[in-house]
Amino acid sequence: MAETKVTPKLEYGMIARFEGPKELLHAAEKVRDEGYTKFDCHSPFPIHGMDDAMGLKQSKVGYISGVGAALGFALGLWLQWWTSAVDYPLVIAGKPFFSYQAFVPVTFGLTVLFGALGAVFGMFHVNRLPQYFHGVFHSDRFPKFSDDAFFVSIEKEDPKYDRSSTMSFLESIGGAEIEVLEGE
Amino acid sequence: MSASSKTETTPVVEEPLITGNQTFHTVTDVVSRIAERKTTVTWLALVGMSASLALVLLGSIGYLVWEGVGIWGLNVPVAWGWAIVNFVFWVGIGHAGTLISAILHLFRQRWRTSINRFAEAMTLFAVICALIFPAIHVGRIWVVYWMLPIPNQMEMWPQFRSPLLWDVFAVSVYFTVSLLFWYVGLIPDLATLRDRAKTKIRKLALGILSLGWRGGNRQWINYERAYLILAGLSTPLVLSVHSVVSTDFAVSMVPGWHTTIFPPYFVAGAIFSGFAMVMTLGIIVRKIFHLEDFITINHLEKMNKIMLLTGMMVGYAYACEFFVAWYSGNVYEAFTFVNRAFGPYAWAYWIMVTCNVLIPQIFWFRRFRRHVTIMFIATIFINIGMWFERFVIVMSLARDFLPSSWDYYSPTIWDILTFIGSFGLFFTLFLLFIRFVPVIAMAEVKAVLPQADPHHGEKH
Repeated sequence: MAETKVTPKLEYGMIARFEGPKELLHAAEKVRDEGYTKFDCHSPFPIHGMDDAMGLKQSKVGYISGVGAALGFALGLWLQWWTSAVDYPLVIAGKPFFSYQAFVPVTFGLTVLFGALGAVFGMFHVNRLPQYFHGVFHSDRFPKFSDDAFFVSIEKEDPKYDRSSTMSFLESIGGAEIEVLEGE
Repeated sequence: MSASSKTETTPVVEEPLITGNQTFHTVTDVVSRIAERKTTVTWLALVGMSASLALVLLGSIGYLVWEGVGIWGLNVPVAWGWAIVNFVFWVGIGHAGTLISAILHLFRQRWRTSINRFAEAMTLFAVICALIFPAIHVGRIWVVYWMLPIPNQMEMWPQFRSPLLWDVFAVSVYFTVSLLFWYVGLIPDLATLRDRAKTKIRKLALGILSLGWRGGNRQWINYERAYLILAGLSTPLVLSVHSVVSTDFAVSMVPGWHTTIFPPYFVAGAIFSGFAMVMTLGIIVRKIFHLEDFITINHLEKMNKIMLLTGMMVGYAYACEFFVAWYSGNVYEAFTFVNRAFGPYAWAYWIMVTCNVLIPQIFWFRRFRRHVTIMFIATIFINIGMWFERFVIVMSLARDFLPSSWDYYSPTIWDILTFIGSFGLFFTLFLLFIRFVPVIAMAEVKAVLPQADPHHGEKH
């Protein structure tokens, strides 16, 4: 092999594979109890009870969606009031300028629209999506997560992370195919 | 004693949602392969045919813009003809997709996971077809943007007290939220396709579309919350959309339209017609892609039960309208209904009653609920019947208050070509969907397999 420039490899963390949903759930409990904080459990589908097993707090997406819905409601009502009663008041069938009963459908529609946008983009924001790259993608095995594989990943930033002790810990809780995530 | 021990050893087991002893991997494999295989000649031929029909739609719209709405069979008093019939028909079909994805999700109906993906896709495509009709019916289509609150040199604003404008908002919000819902559901499945991709272009395209999804539970927790909120928001939305559509009619003073029963009656009809279309498409997709293990006969039976229920609601509404027309003592109202059933459009009325009320009655029998050919034929009839329901309602216009203006409305060739063309557009979009997108929500189906439960096999 010709001489190649050796670039120093960066270490991102470690992944270990587990047998199935049950094993992943129990592994999550043990990783949590061991005191790790920057870890994640990757699975093809959401696993019931995993939030508690990992010790996760409730999702914030609901609040973002709620703020969106409130904004949509305010915008919808304001738009119709301002255009119909302030900017260009027109008498139509003798109805009041601010005939709020007739403004319900549009206000409702915009409430739902902004609530939904808040839920989706709030979820993207909290999940940091779209994300160009993540350390777990250095593993060749990892892409199986979207098929039928279950992984625990522990990031190097975790204060408890230590190459050898974390590796033996993951092994002791039943992790297989343990791999250190390294790349340029 | 022996009887009780027998019940202990053979507990009642619910039939599995997904059959064929699927593993997580077989689910991935069976569904992904449909989107990954080479383009077949059959598919190309089908796309060719439906795209040609879509061109017929395009041509008809082009001529309409050039010549004006006079090319349709419209005249006063029937100023709304097939365009509004087709609009309500298509937007109604969309409602089943949202019912399946949102309402059944809130009710924890886990069987929905097999059918929600293509039902939602159907919703999107049906709403696209629906939106075309009112947009091209406005006459001067180049100023169609006047329907939106855009600041302009005339300082004019839309008329927010009009149900027609409520419709603009209701249907466009409905489309946007349905698209968001569908896309959020797709993210994990696009990641699956990304991770299986072989070519560079596929990897790149799917990598962008799946946003870097990595299935960590720190992502799932927010994902599931967002999905639940979308379901919660879509549920009142879907009920409101067809209610608003019905106010296009109900807020007017036309006999036969000016009734308070319209919103719930329209919603029930929408779900009824939408399920019929989901079934029609689902049975074909199931057959050609051999998805019998995923869309099982139990799924079809459950949908048939919903059709039986909503069909009865629609039938009840037909009867109720007649009763109220008589009970109100309003001669115009009474005349309209007698005219519907025995007037010049009686043929359409009885097609409607036969297809929507009589034919679904076969679903009282378990044999027919589980007979694929029979239910397929029944869904075709229901699709036809629900189109005629809207036709019957709109044709209340043909005999209005003033007998001197009475006439018999008939469509022109352009009405017919535009409507047939919209099917071309619908099927083109649907064929593109089944070619490139996983037709079944893989991540959701995996989650309802028995082994997905972390307590599977444990004794309680």
